[in-house]
Amino acid sequence: MQTALLIEQILNGLQFGVMLFLMAAGLTLIFGVMGVINLAHGSLYMLGAFACAAVAAATGSFWLGLVASLATAAAAGAIVELLVVRRLYDRDHLDQVLATFALILIFSEGTRWLFGSFPLYLDIPPVLSGAIDLPGGARYQLYRLAIIGVGIAVAIGLYLLISKTRLGMRIRAGQSDREMIAALGVDIQTLYTVVFALGAALAGLAGAMVGALQSVQVGMGEPVLILAFVVIVIGGIGSIKGALVGAALVGLVDTLGRFLLPKVFALFLGPSEGTTVGAALASMLIYVVMALILAFRPRGLFAAGT
Amino acid sequence: MKRMRSETPIGFLLAGLLLLVPLAAWALDEPFYITLATRVAILALAAVGLNLALGLGGLVSFGHAAFFGIGGYTAGILATHASTLQPLMTWPIEVGGSDQMLVIWPVAMILSGLVALVIGAISLRTSGVYFIMITLAFAQMIYYFAISWPAYGGEDGVPLALRNAFPAIVTSLPLNFFLICYALLIAALYLFARIRDSRFGAALQGARQNEVRLAAVGISPFPIRLAAFVLSGMMTGLAGALFADLNRFVSPSMLSWQMSGELIVLILLGGTGRLFGPVAGAMLFVLLESILGGFTDRWQLFLGLILLGAVLFARGGLVGLLAGKVHHG
Repeated sequence: MQTALLIEQILNGLQFGVMLFLMAAGLTLIFGVMGVINLAHGSLYMLGAFACAAVAAATGSFWLGLVASLATAAAAGAIVELLVVRRLYDRDHLDQVLATFALILIFSEGTRWLFGSFPLYLDIPPVLSGAIDLPGGARYQLYRLAIIGVGIAVAIGLYLLISKTRLGMRIRAGQSDREMIAALGVDIQTLYTVVFALGAALAGLAGAMVGALQSVQVGMGEPVLILAFVVIVIGGIGSIKGALVGAALVGLVDTLGRFLLPKVFALFLGPSEGTTVGAALASMLIYVVMALILAFRPRGLFAAGT
Repeated sequence: MKRMRSETPIGFLLAGLLLLVPLAAWALDEPFYITLATRVAILALAAVGLNLALGLGGLVSFGHAAFFGIGGYTAGILATHASTLQPLMTWPIEVGGSDQMLVIWPVAMILSGLVALVIGAISLRTSGVYFIMITLAFAQMIYYFAISWPAYGGEDGVPLALRNAFPAIVTSLPLNFFLICYALLIAALYLFARIRDSRFGAALQGARQNEVRLAAVGISPFPIRLAAFVLSGMMTGLAGALFADLNRFVSPSMLSWQMSGELIVLILLGGTGRLFGPVAGAMLFVLLESILGGFTDRWQLFLGLILLGAVLFARGGLVGLLAGKVHHG
């Protein structure tokens, strides 16, 4: 029974990690290519979840909702890039932080205006609603396994996109020298908009998939955004590989910490106090891991060559 | 020197206005406006603290809510123990709570300073975007710790039965409490001005403008920045202790990322690196909050639009608009 529970928790950790990866990949791509820190990335995640929930409720189809979430988040990302972020490329980080903080306020209140303060709910699509048997006697939700699958597929897709296609070549060129690729005649403005929309679509996808596991509400994006920051700080800003490793690490450490620490402390301090102390410490665990990694590698595990 | 001529009178005007409003409100028996002015003074004090790191040192800390909240929780926890008469700790020495502001303030500042020392020592090894994200992450860590630690209220926060006491002053009277906060704000502004014009301040601003050049004259930027970060955290922590006393309640939201964001917004609205920027910013912020909040529940939407406009088009902030541009290297 314990092994089964442990396997379940490890899979939960991976599923959480996959979701963080979808967020962190977009953030790190946007930072790597354009040098912009985008706090509003959490809002794009929220928009994806709301679009999916609203369209799924109207049409009865989760899949149409998923398409809508990708389209909405990508469109919102492109609009944000064209109207706001474009003006911030040669500004300092403080201005970028403030402008994107303002965007969070606008998106959050705007969404609350449209959908009201009550959370929306999104059902798991029927095809994926069952559970399957795992070795060790555990049963695991098929939907969560599907999320892990989607995450792995996106990771492979991003790898192929960046290493094998013309767009990927331009993205890599943009990461190493922005002025030079503009001088070579690449339309850098369009490239920026495309990269921003791509990152936004990934955030929207994460929001839509998680929307079926928890309630869809205003403010759901920012806690995930901050964890995605932890992921890219650990992984190294600008590195997709770092985002993948960091996301898996954060997802597993956080989930297993919350599962194991209360039990470990209960052995020493007794059940009630031990559980309290363990739970409080588990909520700090990933930040401690981040601090330790930074102590040895201030630029993250896979820092880009800049 | 042009900066001194154009900026100082506006600063004194704003500070005078902040003093006059509650005095007038007191004369007209409108205690609500005294509370509003007290809120301005406390937020301005917190932002003056942040301005030391952000304005002078160029350290964009997105985690100053940590220090604000630690100050608040210090006041709340000490006051709780004072009212229940339970000792705060019994080992190695017995320490009780306190409801004396003169005890709470130094404790709040020392604790905030110690936490700032640890956070600063780790995050100042990095710079730029890393620094922003790491300070944000550490503040979030303290936030999650506060809401998952049930001894002091968890998500519900800590209520204060009475406002803490100050020798010979009845702090429960709104005007008296305002004057205490105002005096501390003026002291903090004086300290900020002294630091800005000191050798330490010159080194700190040098580290912002050109780290390599600073190192070339034989000054290592790290200890300078760390000292500024600790001082900055201490000042914001003091403001947090006052904020707890103003609301007679310590909410975990004092530690939230929104609070960190609001403190940066205050500085931007006022003008980055300006002595009186935080005062102007806090006045503008509380004014917007109460005016916009008065006719729409969606005031944050408009705050967002105003903020976006200010970042994109009015980079000097309010003091910048009033006093003209000043060049920041």
